[in-house]
Amino acid sequence: MSSFSVTEPSTRSKWFAGSLVILYALITMVPLAWIMLTGFKSPADAISYPPKVIFDPTLEGYVNLFTTRTRQTDEFLAANPPETWYEEIVRQYDMVIAGPSKFSERFLNSVIIGFGSTFLSVFLGTLAAYAFSRFKIPLADDLLFFILSTRMMPPIAVAIPIFLMYRQLGLSDTHLGMILLYTAVNISLAVWLLKSFIDGIPTEYEEAALIDGYTRFQAFYKVVLPQAATGIASTAIFCLIFAWNEYAFAVLLTSGTAQTAPPFIPTIIGVGGLDWPAVAAGATIFLLPVMIFTVALRKHLLRGITFGAVRK
Amino acid sequence: MAQIIIKNVRKEFGDFTAVKESSFTIEDGEFFMLLGPSGCGKTTTLRMIAGLELPTSGEIYLDGEEISQKPPSQRDIAFVFQMFALYPHMNVYKNLSYPLVSQGMARRDVKAKVEDVANILGIQNILKKPVGGLSGGDRQRVALGRAIVRDPKAFMMDEPLGALDAEFREHMAEELRALHDRMGATTVYVTHDQLEAMQMGDKIVVMNNAVVEQFGTPQEIYDKPATMFVADFIGSPSMNFLPFHGSVAEGAQTVDLQGQSIAVPRQMQGASGKLVFGVRPEHVTLSDTGAYRGEVLATEYLGTTQIITLDTPNGALKARAPAGQVATVGEKIGLGFKGEAVTLFDENSGRALRSELNEGIVTHG
Ligand SMILES: Nc1ncnc2c1ncn2[C@@H]1O[C@H](COP(=O)(O)OP(=O)(O)OP(=O)(O)O)[C@@H](O)[C@H]1O
Ligand SMILES: [Mg+2]
Repeated sequence: MSSFSVTEPSTRSKWFAGSLVILYALITMVPLAWIMLTGFKSPADAISYPPKVIFDPTLEGYVNLFTTRTRQTDEFLAANPPETWYEEIVRQYDMVIAGPSKFSERFLNSVIIGFGSTFLSVFLGTLAAYAFSRFKIPLADDLLFFILSTRMMPPIAVAIPIFLMYRQLGLSDTHLGMILLYTAVNISLAVWLLKSFIDGIPTEYEEAALIDGYTRFQAFYKVVLPQAATGIASTAIFCLIFAWNEYAFAVLLTSGTAQTAPPFIPTIIGVGGLDWPAVAAGATIFLLPVMIFTVALRKHLLRGITFGAVRK
Repeated sequence: MAQIIIKNVRKEFGDFTAVKESSFTIEDGEFFMLLGPSGCGKTTTLRMIAGLELPTSGEIYLDGEEISQKPPSQRDIAFVFQMFALYPHMNVYKNLSYPLVSQGMARRDVKAKVEDVANILGIQNILKKPVGGLSGGDRQRVALGRAIVRDPKAFMMDEPLGALDAEFREHMAEELRALHDRMGATTVYVTHDQLEAMQMGDKIVVMNNAVVEQFGTPQEIYDKPATMFVADFIGSPSMNFLPFHGSVAEGAQTVDLQGQSIAVPRQMQGASGKLVFGVRPEHVTLSDTGAYRGEVLATEYLGTTQIITLDTPNGALKARAPAGQVATVGEKIGLGFKGEAVTLFDENSGRALRSELNEGIVTHG
């Protein structure tokens, strides 16, 4: 018996492929690890050179991220001993906590706008993709091309018209405005991805449901949707990643009520010197939702990335 | 349960006509075969009866009610798909109960009904399994179960055995026919396998190129083909065609082949020009005395019989002879034909000439 097999890669090539993947993972993860570690450093440690890998962890960055602080007189400090662990951290610099920072608000904006536009893109995208896949639509190919063409130039190229339009319509700095904008950008991706998934689902399943006495819509959501779950999940992840990370439009169109986290995090730098640990803490928290979302849907994503090729 | 009448039904897909004006009647309780080569419009016809496709024109009557434009849910017709189309995200029980749930049947009744059907099909032990891992036969049974569970008026089956391997097909075909005999439900069954159609069907419609060529019992279709296509498509080996130039008069009982007068059923219709003498291999006899002669080209031994291929003045011909008959390649043998079983065709139209044999079957002029 020879250990050679046509279908199984050899042990050597498996090792080689494995090491490549690990190397790639290391390269991409080092900056992430760096950010996460910096979040737990003191400002001094954060900028020390050579960089410290071993350091005394502190939550200073996180406290600074979530609070605004003011300097106080010695008398005031002496009269009001710190009551909580986070106040103690702030006292090292003779400061007291004046109130919460805007970070949680901005973070919440990101959640509302990111998930809102993702939901809307996937919802509309699924309906459109189903229609394109199953019905005879006049000029279907041209319409699909038109939908794709909205992505043929970088969205930021139309920033100025959108800025003016939004100001006229009163959509500037509103949640609705940002949700609509990100949906408009994501919808073409959603339609195209989902169409290829739905194309891969044999129409017999719906026809069986029609025969079994269900309406067209029931057949769609009871039979087609469960089977498109993989496609919907991976499309949702792509949409969320875009909406969550989007920076340029957020800077341009939001400043207060609807400002998302990406334009907010850099403003931390300006408050009370170069507070790298606070910035790093903000970035870390900012990364979490997409990470959790992706991990939660990773079962679907892994199958979904092959674009429906391996469905049974 | 139900009689189905198809009347002048036509289906176009854009410029393409998949089914041309077709008419036939499926009687209550019949096991009805839709037979024809690939692409002839069998599936389209079946889908129109079930409501998955709406006819461009024509009428479909189910128990006297015109249903051709109704949605499938209002027709009460079950459909077994070629690849079964079991819901992949549900287990066997859910698949079977799905048609009942849509009717709003109470949970207890659903359970009783599903178990009933599972018993009939012998699949009680796989009810909890997901459909993904089932064998071909079990998938087939679940698909049948999903169809019979709600006692529909009629069953449509699109090549239901096509996905099974040859050995298992035969077994399932028997099972299917037994199930039908037990339930007596009107069944329309699509196949491109003429043997399957002959074995299982009470009646057969033979389609070709979007047209119904003939409609009748297996015996009628085999013995009294209405067209050359049907004669060729049914039977293995198929009917022999010996083209000749000549004429037959109305009332004639013989035709002239190479100067030999050969008996045929009494003709009800005169014709002349390019004609075809059609005879099945089992109606050809080999005899030294026959005046019409052919040279043996090959023999094919089949156990109890053998197929002898001969070269005749009118072209190649196959004869089915007893296995014991001696025929050596190169030998010239006299041929006899069983006169009352011969069909004459008009070569240009491909249609059979009317005769005593096919009277009442072949009605066209
Ligand atoms: N939705 C459709 N749009 C366009 N053409 C179609 C459509 N459905 C079927 N056809 C065409 O109609 C013709 C008949 O198709 P149909 O499926 O009825 O054939 P069939 O007899 O069932 O053949 P097979 O044995 O291959 O299943 C084929 O040429 C097919 O390409
Ligand atoms: Mg077919």
